[in-house]
Parts: sequence; structure tokens; C-alpha cells
Amino acid sequence: MKDDPTLPRQPRLRAWFPGGSLLWPLAGLGALLLFNLVFATGFFRLELRDGHVYGTLVDILNQGSKAMLLSIGMTLVIASGGVDLSVGSLMAISGAVAATAVAKGTVPFGAAVGAALAAGGFAGLCNGFLVAVVRIQPIVATLILMVAGRGIAMLLTDGQIVTFEHPAFVFLGNGHLAGLPFTLFLVLLSLGATALVMRRTAAGLFLESVGDNERAAALCGISGTRVKLWVYAFSGLCAALAGLVATSNVKAADSSRVGEMMELDAIFAVVVGGTSLTGGRFTLLGSLIGAILIQTLTTTLYNLGLEPAIAPVPKAIVVVGVCLLQSSRFRGELSGWLRSRRAAA
Amino acid sequence: MNRMKSNAPHPTVRTTLTPGFLGTLSLTLALLLPLMLTAPAARAAARTKPLTVGFAQVGAESAWRTAETESIKGEASKRGITLKFSDAQGKQENQIKAVRGFIAQGVDAIILAPVVETGWEPVLRDAKRARIPVVLVDRGIKVSDDSLFATLIASDFIAEGRMAAEWLSRKLNGKGNIVELQGTPGAAPAIDRKKGFEAGIASAPGLKIIASQSGDFRRATGKEVMEALLKKHGTEIQAVYAHNDDMAIGAIQAIEESGRKPGSEVVVVSIDGVRGAFESMVAGKLNCTVECNPLLGPLAYDAVEKAVAGEKLPRKTVVPDRVYEQSTARASIGSRQY
Repeated sequence: MKDDPTLPRQPRLRAWFPGGSLLWPLAGLGALLLFNLVFATGFFRLELRDGHVYGTLVDILNQGSKAMLLSIGMTLVIASGGVDLSVGSLMAISGAVAATAVAKGTVPFGAAVGAALAAGGFAGLCNGFLVAVVRIQPIVATLILMVAGRGIAMLLTDGQIVTFEHPAFVFLGNGHLAGLPFTLFLVLLSLGATALVMRRTAAGLFLESVGDNERAAALCGISGTRVKLWVYAFSGLCAALAGLVATSNVKAADSSRVGEMMELDAIFAVVVGGTSLTGGRFTLLGSLIGAILIQTLTTTLYNLGLEPAIAPVPKAIVVVGVCLLQSSRFRGELSGWLRSRRAAA
Repeated sequence: MNRMKSNAPHPTVRTTLTPGFLGTLSLTLALLLPLMLTAPAARAAARTKPLTVGFAQVGAESAWRTAETESIKGEASKRGITLKFSDAQGKQENQIKAVRGFIAQGVDAIILAPVVETGWEPVLRDAKRARIPVVLVDRGIKVSDDSLFATLIASDFIAEGRMAAEWLSRKLNGKGNIVELQGTPGAAPAIDRKKGFEAGIASAPGLKIIASQSGDFRRATGKEVMEALLKKHGTEIQAVYAHNDDMAIGAIQAIEESGRKPGSEVVVVSIDGVRGAFESMVAGKLNCTVECNPLLGPLAYDAVEKAVAGEKLPRKTVVPDRVYEQSTARASIGSRQY
């Protein structure tokens, strides 16, 4: 459908990342950066320190990498018409698996990472089973692991914070490649691979059709069950990867706190990015921008030196603002109101 | 298993099913009606069976908290007290539900580690009406009526903040720029450790807090905030004061990544005294920690037993705290219980 020769040729990037308009999330991000350009000194300062780029912008990309990884998986889940609340807890499980394995010192690093990813993928598959086969509402189905998952992680770490100094594991979340954080490459690789599978094979089309109208998709011979199973498993895998990064970041598996509330950040990133919660069309690039937007917002608030107790208020204002801009209805009302004012004047 | 259960969506209350449990239960039911009509003192005198105590814990967010939970659980089994444990996962509404649950089950006393200072009046009034004494541990609350709780067993957070300030003032010779990493906004230790620290540095006008942000008592957030503040203030920062050890450990990582040396170029002081802090001190990265003793079990049950017996308790029992420095860390790390 997308390669229909009768349609005008789209620019290359748009062909790879179709979906909603990227204009509004980009506008929100731009406004935030503009605010920092005016009010925050040194926000855009970058320098080379110890052979890598050092600055607030790099921090935003590095700290935001967890939300970005989560949002990739979350985009697909939301496109299928569901939602995955368990990702934060799955991060804790994956971190706990890898950290306990590495801390023992007998398991090779590759196996520890493999086990963590497998745990996340399997947990995601369980979510998928509940949603697709047992047909439990996605919010309820994934709520189970959101709650129980953290308990499983605590069980693995015995309720303690497991620390480690394994060089390869520490590199994962703190290392640099060509002067940039390694996590950035991890995100780009995951995004590229996902976009490749979604847009260069029929998978993306299957997913959008299932999310849009599962019955119609079934009549076309697309199994909604199978699509959903894989989508949740993939989300679990992304969460496991994000969990590895978060755990590596602080060189400790903090089962009770890692990934806490991250599911909401991921959902927010996807929604702000322009993917509708009702399912169907999705935009991976939009979600990525949404994730960067949240992290920029968080970092901006640290930088402003606001009283921590009131920091959530400006955050909420920006979130509401960007969400309103996303709504074409609101934009229509706003422009209508502006026009009538101009006519009155 | 216990942990999994304690992470259920609503705080679940765990009862140990001993063989005598059913017997105790029927006995309790039989005794319940007349007991409700008698005075608490008479009620205590009539008791021959072991106490049942409900413990509404905040969660398991840090090593300190886990140590406190272990202490209260361990001391209960040592004294033959039946403990009903609830983990609120850091949420006040879960704690309120747990306390309501304890009241409904007719426990003899409730131990509460309040997550925030405010909003406790209605549920504590319910407890008072049911004549169940409530012993607060480790954090204070704000209520209009002081008789709503039996006593508070806690470290003096203000004193802890002041001790940290005094130590830092000596270390920096009364001059320097400090970054403060606050705890969760609204939590008593965050408020008091800030207050105490500010009071402590007031006598040294050369000491200045140039930034103060919340790290939410978390390692990851402590690191994230410190990264941002290092970008903003750079080499102006001479010291970091963190409201707990976990945030300090996160901040230390951020300082190291910025190319400066925590422990020497940037002085780091925190509060709690968990094992990780001692390890950091031995490694020369953390300068000092003010211990906040989490082993409250014995003191808590002493208070519970007195309160149930109808004795009048002091409003507050202060748990003694002390300062640990790098020089003493190596010697004491082996004897740490948490």
C-alpha cells in the first residue's frame, strides 16, 4: 500500500517512519529548548572531557535512553490497541537477573544479559498470552505483572540492593563510543531494527490493521492473537534492555525503585509522539521525540533550581500543553477563537 | 514468598497460621464483646495470651528500611508476639488501608512508620475509638490532637542534619559552596534534615547552599540530579550534602564521571549509615555519614507493651545517632548489622 506507484513519493524518512505528524512533539521540544536557550545558562554548552562529549544535552540523551527504549516497545503495544503497564517492573526483573548473575562472578556476562533479556521477553509473552489468548483487558492483564513483577525482582535480590563492578556491565549504561554515550547507539540500533521490521516487511501493516479493527483484520486472514502475543513479548524485551541500562547506570540493582513510574513516562512519550491510544497507526520516531521531551523537561526543572515540592506543577503544565496541541479538535477550536477575536477587533 | 505477598496491589496483611490460630481466633471472638465494654487497663490485666501487633511499613525502598523491617520482625518472634505485616510500597493510601485493616481485625497495638507527615487524623481517630494504641516509628506526624498516638520512636532528624552540617563546617573550615540532595518532598526526614542542616551552617556565613534539589531518596535520581547540577555549577561545587546514603552514592558516581574526585575535590556527607556508605568511605569516596539507627524493634515493642498495659509514655523516645568518618569506617564495617 505504501509503495503504491500512483501515490506521490514521500521523502525517505517519512516513508520509514510514517504515522502521525511529528510537528507537534517537535514544536513542544523546540519550545522547551528555546526556553532553556533564553533562561538557562550553559544548557547548550558541550565540551570534550576525558575523550567524550560532556554537557547537559548529552545527559538528556543518556538519562532519557531508558524511556526511549521503553517507548519503542510501548508504541507497538499501543498500536495494537493495548497498553503495557508492566514495563517498569520488568525493568526491575531484568536488572535483578543480570546483577545477581554478574555479582556471583561465575556466569559469563553474555549469559547474564541473555538471561535478563529472556526473562523480560518471557514475562512479556505472559502478558501477551493474558491479553491475546485469555482476552483479559490489557490494563488489567499487565497490571498483574506490574505489581507481581517487582515482587519477583525483590525475591531474586532478597530485598537487598545488589551492587557490582563488572566492567562490561558498567559500560552498558555508562560507557562511551566515539565520544557519545553507548546507550545512544543502543537506542538507535533498537529503533532502526524495529523500524526495519515494521516498515520493510508486512509486520507493521498487520499490526496497524489489528489495532485499527481486529475483526476486519481477522477477515483478511491476519491473526490478532499472534500479532498481540509478539507485540507484548517485544515490549517485554525492550523493558528488559531498559532495565539493564538503568541497573548499569547506578552499578546496582535496586529492585524496589528501578523503573518506578517509568511505564507512565513510556505511555506519555508514545501519546505525545502522536500515536493514538485507540490503536492503529503508530509513529516510532514520534515516541522517541516524546521520550526526549520528557527527559528535557525533567532536566530543565533540575536546572531551574525550583523548589522540588512544586516541580511537578510546571511539568504538568507542559504535559497538558503538548497534549492539547496534539488534539486537532483543540487546535481547530483555538484557531476559530483567534479568528473570531480578530474579526471582532 | 512474603515479599511477593507484600507486593500485592492492596497491602495484604499476613497472619501466621499456627496450629493454635483457630483456637485463638474463637477465643478472641468470645472475648471481643465484653472487652469492648471494659477499660483498657482491665483489658490488659485480663490478657494472658500473646500480643498481636500490626506493623504498617512504608515499603522496602532502601537498605535502611529493610534493616528496620527485619529488626521489627525479628524482635516480634523473639518476644512471641504475633506480627501482622503490611508493606505500603511507599504510598500513604495503602498505609491507611493497612491501619484500617488492623483495626478491623482487632489487633492489640499498631506500629506505624508514616510515609508522610500529614493526613493521618481520621484513621488514627478510628484507632483511638477502637482503643488500639498506635506507636509511631522513625518519622513524626502532624496532628492537632497529640493523644492520637501513644509515642514516637525516632531518631532526631534535625539533630542529624545539624551533626552533618557541623562536621562539614569543620572539614571545609567554614567556607564553601554546598549542593543539597533532598529526600522525597513532604517526608519528615527530608524536611527536618534540611532544617537541621541549615541551622547547623548558620553559624558559618562562608558556607552556602548553592543548589537544593530532590533526589527522592533514590540512587538513580541522586545521580541524575547531580549530573544536572554539575553541568550548571561545575567546579563551584565544593561539597555535597545528601539526605540519605543512596543519593550520595549516586552523586558520587556522577562526580566521578565529571572527572572530579569525590571524597577529596568534592566533599560528600550523607545520613543513614548503611553498608554501602561504609564501603564508599573505605574506598575514600564518601567523607562522612551520620548514622540513623534502624534497629528499632526492641524499643518499639517496649513501648507497645507499656501502652497496652495502660502506662503513660513520653511523647518521643529519641534513638541515639552518631557520626562515622572515613578514619573509623574500616574498623566498624565488619560489625555493621545492616
